[in-house]
Amino acid sequence: MKRSLTFCLLALVFSAAACRAQEWPYFVTYSQDLEEPGNLEVEFKTLQASPKYANPFVSETVELEYGATGYWTTEFYLSGQHTSNDSTVFDGFRWENRFRPLAGDHFINPVLYVEYENVNNADRSFLEVTGHSSIADYRIANALGRADTERALELKLILGSNFHGWNVSENFIAEKNLREPEPWEFGYAVGVGRPLALAARATPCVFCRENFLAGVELYGGLGDLEGFGLKATQQYVAPVVTFNIPRGPAVSFEPAFGLNANSVGALYRVKVAYEFQQIANWFHKADR
Amino acid sequence: MRRTISFALLSVLAIAAYASSDSIFERAPDSDRKKVNPYANQSDAVAAGSKLFSDHCAKCHGSDAMGRGRKPGLRTKEVQQAADGEIFWLLRNGSTRHGMPSWSSLPEPSRWQIITYIKSLGDSSTGSSTSSPRGNGQ
Repeated sequence: MKRSLTFCLLALVFSAAACRAQEWPYFVTYSQDLEEPGNLEVEFKTLQASPKYANPFVSETVELEYGATGYWTTEFYLSGQHTSNDSTVFDGFRWENRFRPLAGDHFINPVLYVEYENVNNADRSFLEVTGHSSIADYRIANALGRADTERALELKLILGSNFHGWNVSENFIAEKNLREPEPWEFGYAVGVGRPLALAARATPCVFCRENFLAGVELYGGLGDLEGFGLKATQQYVAPVVTFNIPRGPAVSFEPAFGLNANSVGALYRVKVAYEFQQIANWFHKADR
Repeated sequence: MRRTISFALLSVLAIAAYASSDSIFERAPDSDRKKVNPYANQSDAVAAGSKLFSDHCAKCHGSDAMGRGRKPGLRTKEVQQAADGEIFWLLRNGSTRHGMPSWSSLPEPSRWQIITYIKSLGDSSTGSSTSSPRGNGQ
C-alpha cells in the first residue's frame, strides 16, 4: 500500500510543474481533436482498482502526444503497474498515430487511428477494452503475466461532433494479436462532454465554471470475429470531470463502474495533462 | 470517357482556383460571413477574449498578436477588415495546410469573445481599431 501511495504521489508531484491542455475530458474515448501542430502534451494517467478475489493494483501510464501536422498526431505510451502482495512491473509500450482525412469541421468528423502495442499480460492500464475478457484475468500473478508479451495492431475509427458546446465522440476498435493466431477482437467507446460554461468571464478566475468540463463515457468489449457481441466482455460507464487550472495542468478524475459480473466493480482514474506549446520554437531562435 | 475527362479537368481547375485565393477569408461561405457577433464591441467580451487569446492563440500568434516567425500576425489589414463571421468560419474549420487547427472544440461564445478581442487590437499599420467594414459583424 505504501508503495502504491509513493507511486501515485511521485506521479502527481512530477506533473505539478506542468501547464494546461484544452481537450475533452475522456480517459478512454478519443475525440476528433488532434494535438495542435508543434505542441507536446505530457499526460500521467493513474488507475486504482480492487477487483473481487484479486489483489488491488495501481497502474500508471505516461503518454507523450505530439502534433506533427494539422492532420497527424503521434503518441507514445509507457505503462507499468503495482499489485499489492505481488510486485511492481513494467508492462510495455504503445505507439499510435491519428490521421484526420478531411480538412475543416463537419457534422461528423472522422479520424483514423493506427497503433502498435508491445505489452505483456500484466498490463492493467485499461486504455481500451476489447475482445472477451473477464475479472479473472486480474487474479494472474505478475510474474506469469509479464512472461507473455503481446504484440498487437490496433485500429480505430474515431467519429466526433461538436455542437452548441457539446462534444459527442464514438470509437470503433479492432485489435489483432500479431504473434498468436488469434481472431480480430473488437471494442467500442462512446463519450459525451461539455464545458460547464460556454463563455469566459471577463475577470481572471480559477474556480469558475468555464475551467471545468464534465462528461460521461461508456466503453467495453464487443467480443471477437468468432464470437461477436457483449457475451463474456467487460463493460463500464464512467462519469468524468476535468479542471483546467489556468496557466497550469488539466486535472481529470473518473470513477468507472462495471456494468456486468465480468467487469471490475470500480476503477478510479486520475489524469494530469500538461501541454508544452510550440516546442519546435525552442530550436528556432527567430520563433522564440 | 469525354465526360470523365471534362469532370477531372473541372475538378483540377476548381482545386487550383480554391488554392490560389488571395485571402483565406474569401473561402468563407456567405452563410458564415453574414453571422453576427453577439459580443461585438463589448468591453467585457474584450477582456474575456484577451484571456482566451492568451490561453489558446498567443503561443503561435504572439502575445501582442503581431505573429511569431512564420505564424501570421492578426493585426494586419486582412484580418482586421475581415468580417467577424469570416474569422468565426476560420476558427471553426482551421486551415490544416497552414498548420492552423480547427477550434470547433471551443464553445461558440468563447470563439466570438476571441474575435471581439482581436478586432479591438486594430490594424498595427494604421494604429486604429477596425470594426468589420467588410461584413456585418456589428
